[in-house]
Amino acid sequence: MDLPRYHRLRSAYYRLEGQRCASCDTLQFPARARCGSCGGNAFEDHRLSGRGTVYSYTEMTQAPAGFPPPYLMALVRLEEGVLLAAQLTDIDAHEVEIGMPVEMVTRRLREHGPRGFLVYGYKFRPLLGRRLVS
Amino acid sequence: MRDVFIIGAGQTPVGEHWDLGLRELGATAVRAALDDARVESVDALYVGNMLSGCVNGQENLATLLADAADLLPAEAWKIEAACASGGAAVRAAALAVAAGAHDVVVAVGIEKMTDAVTGSVSAGLASAADQDYEASHGFTFVGLSALMMRRYMHEHDRSRDEFAPFALTAHRNAAGNENAMFRKPISEEEYRESPAVASPIGVLDAAPICDGAAAVVVCTKEAIQSGQEPLRIAASAAATDTMALGARGDILELGSAAVSSSRCFEASGLGPSDMDLFEAHDAFTIITALSLEACGYAGRGEALRLAAKGCVAPGGCIPISTSGGLKARGHPVGASGTYQIVDAALQLRGRAGPNQLQKARRALTQSIGGHGSVAVTHIIEA
Repeated sequence: MDLPRYHRLRSAYYRLEGQRCASCDTLQFPARARCGSCGGNAFEDHRLSGRGTVYSYTEMTQAPAGFPPPYLMALVRLEEGVLLAAQLTDIDAHEVEIGMPVEMVTRRLREHGPRGFLVYGYKFRPLLGRRLVS
Repeated sequence: MRDVFIIGAGQTPVGEHWDLGLRELGATAVRAALDDARVESVDALYVGNMLSGCVNGQENLATLLADAADLLPAEAWKIEAACASGGAAVRAAALAVAAGAHDVVVAVGIEKMTDAVTGSVSAGLASAADQDYEASHGFTFVGLSALMMRRYMHEHDRSRDEFAPFALTAHRNAAGNENAMFRKPISEEEYRESPAVASPIGVLDAAPICDGAAAVVVCTKEAIQSGQEPLRIAASAAATDTMALGARGDILELGSAAVSSSRCFEASGLGPSDMDLFEAHDAFTIITALSLEACGYAGRGEALRLAAKGCVAPGGCIPISTSGGLKARGHPVGASGTYQIVDAALQLRGRAGPNQLQKARRALTQSIGGHGSVAVTHIIEA
């Protein structure tokens, strides 16, 4: 059981929280010990927008234990430039295309067996926000 | 550093070995390599393996195999670099000999995957990706490779069908290799219609889950005895890239493969065109394409054109996977890097049977782990 792992990852999984380098303002997700741009080691927490576009995607039909297939996985290019691997949700495989706008939602990632705990974290769905606002 | 030579090579057939476990597979390959080299004992045994802990519940694997192969009290330990483990074990053996720590070392790559159901094996393989940010979200290395393939097709305006020559060549070559898992050629139509594993990757783009072990004996120049057929390791290099696929500046560049191959070319004074064959890490057709581009055989986005011209088939400008490759010989993950070197050795000694190339003096072998996060490259010459 790796319960401590998910406790440790909670700010990244629930809030999409990365870091901003104090010297050069570069945004990183996930957090690292050193800035990939300038080598700096002072950071402040930075919550990413959660909005981006699909950079590449696949429908998983042969899946590892704990993930019932089929499901959709993608690389998402966030507005801030970060490229992130995550599941897509609320969409069918034939509707996905490279470049389509998506936004982060919090969903169940996996179960650890019938008596185990549930893991929640970020997934991405087709962007709804703009339509709701207008 | 001292020159290092390969004096023995051995292997088990690749396949589903229901009656053989880690100890039998490992001991068989090690003893076959020692017999081939005509040596009885070694200073050390280095074991390349990825999954013995999570799939077989067996760590301290190298001691198990030293015991099973009757090599006690030789120094022995396991080297893990995901699917590049088999290449890494040979490099570790070569380094130990080059550095003067040992004179004769055997490296064995071994994987026993069929002891677990597919879902558990997939989960084990997925641990080669970043567990926090990829594997725990449902990614496997098939899935990550599928993202690379989809992006490749998008950026270079290619169709999945254009990847067919890699799979067809591998299966045709495997037909001539008695140790290969799939000894049956496939047609373009079979490739096209093979069901998706992780779209656009289909079953016939992907290497199979299987068992196998392969071993090589390496030694110093002084330790070579008459009757042996020594091959020189002209260069050996390893390199790494980001764990997370998204963290790469360009997901269509295999940085670890490019760096380790250019280090090999630099160290040996040779170039891509000096190689007579390339044992590529063809676990997925997209990885074959990206490897050819990383090693200097094709420009960015040009590997499929190279394949369409017949360049990667026997007799072409750079024959790949001449014994069937990971695709059709089979991909017992931690063993594959060692199988590549064993098969290259057979070519360089003129003992590749029906697959023998007319000219085989120098071979490039490249073992890649974790969708390109680690790569080990060797140049071997007769």
